[in-house]
Amino acid sequence: MDKLIEFSKNVQFTLGDSVLEIIYLVASILFIVGLKMLSHPESAKRGNLYAAAGMIIAIIGTLVLHKQDGERIKNFEFIFGALAFGLVVGWIIARKVKMTKMPELVSFFNGMGGAVATIIAIMEFPNIDKELLEVHGMLNFEALVIFLSLVIGSVSFTGSLVAFGKLDGLVKDIRSKVLRYINIVLLLSITGFVAYLMTRGNINPSDLMPYVFVLLGVSLIYGVLFVMPIGGADMPVVISLLNSFTGLTAAMGGFLYNNLAMLTGGILVGSAGMILTILMCKAMNRSLFSVIVGAFGGGGVAIESEQGLIKEISETDLAILLSYSRKVVVIPGYGLAVAQAQFLAHELEELLNDKGVEVKFAIHPVAGRMPGHMNVLLAEADVSYEKLVESDKANEDMDNVDVAVVIGANDVVNPAAEEDPSSPIYGMPIVRALKAKNVIVLKRGMGKGYAAIENNLFYHEKTRMLFGNAKDTLQRVIKEVDNI
Amino acid sequence: MEGILEFIYVNAETTFGIILSIFLGIEVISHVPAVLHTPLMSGANAMSGVVIIGAIIVLGHADSTFNIIMGFLAVFLGTLNVVGGFVVTDRMLEMFKKKPKKD
Repeated sequence: MDKLIEFSKNVQFTLGDSVLEIIYLVASILFIVGLKMLSHPESAKRGNLYAAAGMIIAIIGTLVLHKQDGERIKNFEFIFGALAFGLVVGWIIARKVKMTKMPELVSFFNGMGGAVATIIAIMEFPNIDKELLEVHGMLNFEALVIFLSLVIGSVSFTGSLVAFGKLDGLVKDIRSKVLRYINIVLLLSITGFVAYLMTRGNINPSDLMPYVFVLLGVSLIYGVLFVMPIGGADMPVVISLLNSFTGLTAAMGGFLYNNLAMLTGGILVGSAGMILTILMCKAMNRSLFSVIVGAFGGGGVAIESEQGLIKEISETDLAILLSYSRKVVVIPGYGLAVAQAQFLAHELEELLNDKGVEVKFAIHPVAGRMPGHMNVLLAEADVSYEKLVESDKANEDMDNVDVAVVIGANDVVNPAAEEDPSSPIYGMPIVRALKAKNVIVLKRGMGKGYAAIENNLFYHEKTRMLFGNAKDTLQRVIKEVDNI
Repeated sequence: MEGILEFIYVNAETTFGIILSIFLGIEVISHVPAVLHTPLMSGANAMSGVVIIGAIIVLGHADSTFNIIMGFLAVFLGTLNVVGGFVVTDRMLEMFKKKPKKD
C-alpha cells in the first residue's frame, strides 16, 4: 500500500489526461466494432457511422484535452479553419463524384492520409527527444518511427495519386524490365539511406534536415515508380495495399505521440488492409508478389491465336432472342459503368421478368474496377440483391442459360484465362459465358480490355456482337422488347 | 539496437497492444463477402485518417509561420481523408439498404 501511495505521488495525474485516455479507448472500441460491422451487408452502414463517431470524439477530445509537455493545444483559429475547409471540400467532392468514379476517389483520399503522415514526420524530426539522442544517438526508436512514417507516407501519397490517375485513364501503364531494376535499386537506396542516417550518432537533428529532404524526394519518386508498372486490372489490390500503408503510418504517429487512438486505429487498418489485399488477390487467383512485381504483360509472347469472323446481331433480333428465352444471364463490366447503363440494364431485366424470363446478373469479383464495384452500381439502379450472383454460382448454372449478355465486359469473360497458359491473365477465374447457348456481346468497338489482350470469345461461333455505346444500344433493345 | 530493445521494454504495454491489434484486424476482416470489399476498403481508408490527430497536435503546438502553414496543410488534408472517406463509404453503402418491394 505504501508503495502504491508513493507511486501515485510520482505520477502527475490530472483528470483531463485520464478522461482523454478514456475517450481514446472508446474511440478505439468504436473503430473495432465499426470495422466488424462493415464486414456484414446488413450492418455495414451503421458500422461506418460508428467508426465516424469514434473519429469525431477522438478529434474533439484531442482539441479540448490534449497536452504536450504541459502545454495545451493552441492556434485554434487555424485548426478550426483547416477543419472547416477540409470538411466542406471533402464533403463536396465525396457527394458530387459519380458512382463510377468511386475507386478513384478512395485512392485520392488515401493519398491525402499519406501526405499527412509525411508532413508530421518532417515536422517532428527536429524535435527528437534530446535525452534519447544523448544516450543512443540517432539509433533510437523515435527516429526509426519518424523515418518509417516519412518513407511509407510519401510512397502511399504519390502511389495513390498515380493509382488515381491510372483508374481515371490519365496515366498509362509503363511496363519495362528496366523499371523493375530501378525500383529495386531505389528501395535498396532508401533502406541504405535510412540506415546511414540512423548511425550518425548524437547529432542535432536539424543538421540532418537536408538529408531528410533527399530521403523525402527519393521516397516520393519511388511511390510513383512502384505503381507505374502495375497493370490496370490489379489497381484495386494496389489501392488496398497503399491503404494498409497509410494505416501503418497512422500507427507510427501513435507511437510518436503515445496516442492510443492513432495506434489502434492505424494498426487495425494496417492489418485489416493487408488481409483485404490478400483476399482480393485470391479473388483474382494471383499472388501479391506477382501483382507487385507487375507480372502482367511481362513476357509479351501472347500468341495471336486463330481469329474467326465477327458476327453481328441487330437490336431487333436480340430483343426477340431475349423475349423467348427462359434464362438470361447478364455479365456486366466496366463498359456498363462508364456508359451509366446500369439503370437501363435494370429496366430490361424488369421488362423480361414481366415476360416470364428469368434474368440474373453474374458478377465477377473484379468486374468494374474494384471488387464489389458492380454490385454497388447495380444496387444503385434498384436491381435486387438476390438477382446478383457471384461468378462461381453463375458458372454452375451456365449450361442451362439460353442467352449470356455481356455488357461492356472483356477480360472477365476471356476464355484465354482458362485455356492459354501464355496469356497474362491465365489462371484468373472467369465467368464462362461460352457455356451458355448463345452469347451476345454489347461493346463499343473492337478495342481490347483493360489488360490489353485479345479475346477469342468475340470470334466464337456462338457469339454475336452488338456494337455501340451500351446506353444507346440498351435503350433500343428495350424499345424492341417492349414492342414484342 | 540497444535503443530499440530498451524502447520495447519501456513500452511493453504498447507493444502488447500492437500485436493484439494486428490479430484483431485480421480476425475482424477474414470473412468478408467480395461484395463488401470496396466499401470495406473505403471505410478502412477513412479510419486511417485518424492520422489527423497527429496533424492537430503538430498545428496545436506550432510556433513559427512555416510550422503553422505545414500544420494547417496537414489538418486540411487529414480532414479531406476523414470526411471524404466516411461520406464516400456511406454513399456506397446506401446502395445496400433493403429496398421496399415495388409492384
